[in-house]
Amino acid sequence: MTDRLELPETEWRRVSPKYVVVDIVGAIITGVILLVATSVPAVLSGISWLWAIPSVAGLITLVTVLFIPRRVRSIGYQLRDDDLLFRRGLMFQRFVSVPYGRMQLVDINRGPVARLLGLSELRFVTAAAATGVVIPGLAATDAEELRDRLVELAESRRAGL
Amino acid sequence: MSDIPRPGSDGPPNNENEPVEPLEPAVSPRQDVPAGASASEPGEPGAPGTAVPALQPGTATGLTDGQWHRLHPATPLLRGGIALIAVLGIIISNLRERFVEMFVGGPGDYQGDPIDFILENGYVPIVLGAVALFLIVFILIFYLSWRMHTFRITNEVVEVRSGILFRTNRRGRLDRIQGINIVRPFFARLFGAAKLEVNVAGQDANVQLAYLSSSNADDLRRDILRLASGTQLERDAAATAAAVGGGAGAANVIDRRVSELLAPELDPNYAPPASVVKITVGRLIGSVLLNDTTFIFVLMVVGSIVAVVFAQSPYPLLAIIPVLLGLVSFLFSRITKSLRYTIAGTPDGVRVGFGLLTTSNETLPPGRIHSVQVSQPLVWRPFDWWEIKVNRASKSSTQGASGQQNTTILPVGNRQDVMRVLGLMLPGLVNDDSVEMLTRGLISKGGDDGFTNSPRRARGIRWFSWRRNGFAFGPGVVLLRKGAIWRELIVVPEPRVQSVALQQGPLLRKLRLASFTLQTVAGPISARLGAVDAQAALTFFDDASRAVIESSSSDTSHRWRSSELADTPPVDAPLSAVDAPPAASEQAPGGQPGGLAGDEESAHSGRGEDSPPSAYGPPAGDATPGQEQK
Repeated sequence: MTDRLELPETEWRRVSPKYVVVDIVGAIITGVILLVATSVPAVLSGISWLWAIPSVAGLITLVTVLFIPRRVRSIGYQLRDDDLLFRRGLMFQRFVSVPYGRMQLVDINRGPVARLLGLSELRFVTAAAATGVVIPGLAATDAEELRDRLVELAESRRAGL
Repeated sequence: MSDIPRPGSDGPPNNENEPVEPLEPAVSPRQDVPAGASASEPGEPGAPGTAVPALQPGTATGLTDGQWHRLHPATPLLRGGIALIAVLGIIISNLRERFVEMFVGGPGDYQGDPIDFILENGYVPIVLGAVALFLIVFILIFYLSWRMHTFRITNEVVEVRSGILFRTNRRGRLDRIQGINIVRPFFARLFGAAKLEVNVAGQDANVQLAYLSSSNADDLRRDILRLASGTQLERDAAATAAAVGGGAGAANVIDRRVSELLAPELDPNYAPPASVVKITVGRLIGSVLLNDTTFIFVLMVVGSIVAVVFAQSPYPLLAIIPVLLGLVSFLFSRITKSLRYTIAGTPDGVRVGFGLLTTSNETLPPGRIHSVQVSQPLVWRPFDWWEIKVNRASKSSTQGASGQQNTTILPVGNRQDVMRVLGLMLPGLVNDDSVEMLTRGLISKGGDDGFTNSPRRARGIRWFSWRRNGFAFGPGVVLLRKGAIWRELIVVPEPRVQSVALQQGPLLRKLRLASFTLQTVAGPISARLGAVDAQAALTFFDDASRAVIESSSSDTSHRWRSSELADTPPVDAPLSAVDAPPAASEQAPGGQPGGLAGDEESAHSGRGEDSPPSAYGPPAGDATPGQEQK
């Protein structure tokens, strides 16, 4: 795993480490729901090997949770001169570069857990649905500053579709 | 002509929107010929004249003057026509026997028939009254819906209002126009009506003007495109300068310019622009027959014959019959819809037309094509046939050639056709150098040919195509070449790329490969290239994102002729012409160039009504906001 893709000369701005909590809570909730749902057949039928399904589900949840801190660390963004650079993913790496002029709108979302921690999620929307630039785990004020900055940059570099 | 403006009923008081509008008052400053409007209604010049004493249209149709207009009077009939015919059909088929008996004679015994019941009990007046009432209400609703359905076109937007109880109001911004489609359904053609659809970027964001009179539709499209192109000034400039008679040289330039603007966009029925591609009937039928669906069908037939032989029973063959019927009707409709296919370049974009009974032709302004895919199904390879699809920012409800999505620009063509169409759609792409490059993109087997191809270690995931699987930069475009069996070349114009993405999963990482995507608006094409050398992909990511930024910052295609406008001499004309004597307006129609000359006579009926002395005040006012928009 040494040949990870790395862009030269980029200093990534990372998201808040507190975002780990948000992701973990989310993963645990999903895991618990999954566990309960997959346990139903085993409980009802009493067949013992059916317990294998919930145990696998539990294992997957555990692994996911363990990797969350690293995954969150892998999220990064950088405001370059003319475009926003974004990266995420550990196993499946993804880099996106979006020229500011391509911005159609910027969304700021806050889930319940994130709100408790004072975090926001910023979504940068272009005309291409696949762009999918979502920067989670920004401190609320940072997110708003970043949004204003992006809007300002987009205004100055406006282009057609 | 319902399209005659009637400002008194429905017009300016209701709209308080743009500051530009007050500058386009009933007294229109422009000198153009009201071609469509009065030409199609020569019989009653007085009627519209009294209704609109001084409102003379600003352009060929007079529909782009920013006032509210109505649609073709047959609109409700055409829209509800099918339902009406269906109801009529049901009634007739139910009464068939009675009709037959009326002429031939018959048993005359219909037990429980409602008509007998009505006749016997003397309900005839009541029933007739009910029918009459129903018809009156029906017609009233039709009439009201027609009256309430109005549209207008200003310098900025095209806007439609409709609905009796539930009003809807839809606006499309002109600089977001992705194409204008004129469809003439067979039924509507009988009435000389056409449907004009302005495709605006977005899902279901189209503005439909259904129906307009057929001749108006073409003129209106040209006018809208001209407004959208950023040259709205030029015409006023031309008219005014011509009116002033300012210098023979200048007038010549203007004449040439305007006739060049207008000429190829005339009604396709009498002046079709020369198509650069001709699809012969043989090729069309061949290409439709030779596709994967037919292939699967042949397999099914073979399979069922085998089943017949083995099962010793003819029944498996019966199973194919519905499939056969479906296939035949599918092929038939594809062929009839692709007949009379034309594609031609006009100053305002590429025009694609097709259709035998229901005709459709669409103009795509420059820079509205977000990516292009040239592909070749395996069975087409012996004939060197290709198909071209595009990604567009709008979704049209009408289908394209071959009854496919209107993203298929060229249903079938050989390599020369492909080059011509590419040249039309992406101007500046096809030249002597790039033709070779593009040809290599289409048919090259790979190797050292200007494309950066996948390394040998990619053969595990690109069994046949790894030699060929690659990318290259062309003039203003990125070329992605894929597929050795189903060959395809994707051409993505750099200014249209929304974002560039680079991906790598665990398998690709093991092989030191990566994949990248040029993300454009959604469509049939996904400009993604897999199994590229990781280092090359990183370099590509960098180069592509830089190229995209550069090209999009210099791109002006959303107002595709605004740059042209800047260096055209007549722009200054209206400003110097502001103080021109009003009498000059009389000469204006004469000064109009050839493109509109045919309508000169009809212009006379309108000319007396306009040309008030103050007519020159507004053009300067008009011109100023126009210039600011640049």
